[in-house]
Amino acid sequence: MFAYTIRRVISGILLMVVMSMVTFVLFYASSDHPERYACGPKCTPAQLETTREALGFNEPLAEQWAKFAKGFVVGRDFPDDEKLREANPEQVVHCAPGCLGLSYTYNKTVNELLKDKLPVSISLAIAAYILWITGGVVFGVTAALFKGRFIDRAIVGLALVAFAFPTFFIGLLLLKFVAIRWQIVKLPVYTPLTESPWLWATGMILPAITLALVYMAGYIRMTRAFVLETMTEDYIRTARAKGLTKRRVIGKHTLRATLTPLVTLSGLDLAGLLGGTIITEQVFNFNGVGKMSVAAIQRHDLALVVGIVLLIATIVITANIIVDLLYAVIDPRVRLG
Amino acid sequence: MSSSATTLEESTPGGPSTGDPLLVVKDLKVHFPTGDGIVKAVDGLSYTVGRGQTLGIVGESGSGKSVSSSAIMGLFHGTNAQLSGQIILDGTDVLTLTEDQMRKRRGRDVAMIFQDPLSSLHPYYTVGAQIIEAYRVHSDASKSAARRRAIELLDRVGIPQPDRRVDDYPHQFSGGMRQRAMIAMGLVNDPSMLIADEPTTALDVTVQAQILDLLQDLQKEFNSAIIIITHDLGVVAEMTDDTLVMYGGRAVEYGKTSEILTHPEMPYTWGLLSSVPEVTGDTSAKLIPIPGSPPSLLNPPSGCHFHPRCTHRDKVPGDLCRTTTPELAPGSRGSTHLKRCHLADPESIYQAEVLPEIAPDLVDELTEKSGS
Repeated sequence: MFAYTIRRVISGILLMVVMSMVTFVLFYASSDHPERYACGPKCTPAQLETTREALGFNEPLAEQWAKFAKGFVVGRDFPDDEKLREANPEQVVHCAPGCLGLSYTYNKTVNELLKDKLPVSISLAIAAYILWITGGVVFGVTAALFKGRFIDRAIVGLALVAFAFPTFFIGLLLLKFVAIRWQIVKLPVYTPLTESPWLWATGMILPAITLALVYMAGYIRMTRAFVLETMTEDYIRTARAKGLTKRRVIGKHTLRATLTPLVTLSGLDLAGLLGGTIITEQVFNFNGVGKMSVAAIQRHDLALVVGIVLLIATIVITANIIVDLLYAVIDPRVRLG
Repeated sequence: MSSSATTLEESTPGGPSTGDPLLVVKDLKVHFPTGDGIVKAVDGLSYTVGRGQTLGIVGESGSGKSVSSSAIMGLFHGTNAQLSGQIILDGTDVLTLTEDQMRKRRGRDVAMIFQDPLSSLHPYYTVGAQIIEAYRVHSDASKSAARRRAIELLDRVGIPQPDRRVDDYPHQFSGGMRQRAMIAMGLVNDPSMLIADEPTTALDVTVQAQILDLLQDLQKEFNSAIIIITHDLGVVAEMTDDTLVMYGGRAVEYGKTSEILTHPEMPYTWGLLSSVPEVTGDTSAKLIPIPGSPPSLLNPPSGCHFHPRCTHRDKVPGDLCRTTTPELAPGSRGSTHLKRCHLADPESIYQAEVLPEIAPDLVDELTEKSGS
């Protein structure tokens, strides 16, 4: 298991290197003269050239990537100018090892920006995850137990409605009616968890519901299908033949087999959201990574785009490794190696 | 309760007599309503199993063998199956019990060994945990006492190093060991009635023999009644006292195993016997399959369910086989051998037409005997 983990981590790192290269190439393939966006609309050709050099866009692509990679390993100064550092050290932004570059839109290092925005996105994703996994399992199991009856049809029907509505629509609806018209909850605002868990939770509730609904709908249907499938398994018949109570047959034998694939699936889904949720953050004006990524792409901010892509890639790759390791723990038949 | 059981036993129509009846099934019907109509999986089945006795239920797939035993286990509670008739187990009609009353008897008074132990054991729990669970649901034993009991039973069914293997998962066991573990789980509460649903189907022959020996030993030890559901007539010959042949949800022949196998009176039973290969037989000898395929239980053939596949129906006068369902009644061999067939003299047809085909050497032997 240890050797397996090491191997997975190494291949993950290699994947990240490739990801950063691909992002560089794609960025240049998709945008013509990215320095125009940094320089502004009233930019003279001379200014444009200066900006181009200042941002390093004049150098060959491979060299730019090499600088980025070196910066990541040993750290980097912006601008990387020996004389300027000696004359005016306050004009130089230092970026410690692990450096992802400097965002010219914010004039801050990408690391700083991510550190700032990531808690918002992670909070949102985790709050939504808790909602959708509990809702999905509870309603899914209920629907399966009442298969074909009114409760089942109601749950599956509502899940379909939730699944069909686009996120921005649900979000705006909740915002307009629940928060503004009826004032059931206050307007969603992000408060750091460390500051006040209560304000964190109450401010998070509408965006979390918005984000969770569509996932919950999917998980209800999946849980229902898994439970129904498991209940036809021979080992469930064995459990009943042993004389176990229905509660134990469902609560232990059926759920154990149902939750195993669900846990792994939900881990991957959560990973996809940790790196920011574009629509929900936009609708509720949460300053998370998702909202920032839209801005970064609109302004052709290479450093920020690469930083966000690598962040999301790291989260997804890590989640994949964790889920695979977890699978070996919860399913005794799985042997890693 | 005991008095009602006695009267019921008296009213059981014939069949092999069993000294001390533990299980009396009377006119059992298990019907499943479906969108296309009612599936009559079991349609009027009666039999008796005594303590320490073994009954073999044989028949093709879909003849209602497994469904009838699931009914004994009360596994149709909470489904849309319609059950009627009586299943008297140790004096109580299990069909009148509530789900909770039945649940308390399942695994304790009557246990079931399923076929295909890989899919019948829970893949996420250790073998020991599953046996311990089966024990503790019916007793107040502590965890450690239950664990000792599990190890003791694994040892009893012949699992080597049971104190270590108890913590293994089912996938770490071989097929034969899984079946042994399954048997250990069935026996953990000393049930008086054990139903083995094709216990050896998934196993190779040497392991089959071991498992059957094991079941026989355990039966002697615990004096339990066993129902073996199988389509292997070798198992029937080896293991059982009585044999019940099922076809299309009904019993078509029922009697002492020695009787049924030597003097079968129903063409379907002849067909089953003809389909068995002989180990010492000629490899070029032909197996004679039963023509056609098992009937649809949704829309079974009229009259005798077997008539469309029966090669002897022309020996019955008129259109009797197609129009009239024969009763399960004593034939020429006395009241302990029941058959559901219109043939007037099946014994002579069997001796003259069937036996020479399936066991020519046996015919020679018989003629020699009668000649001397």
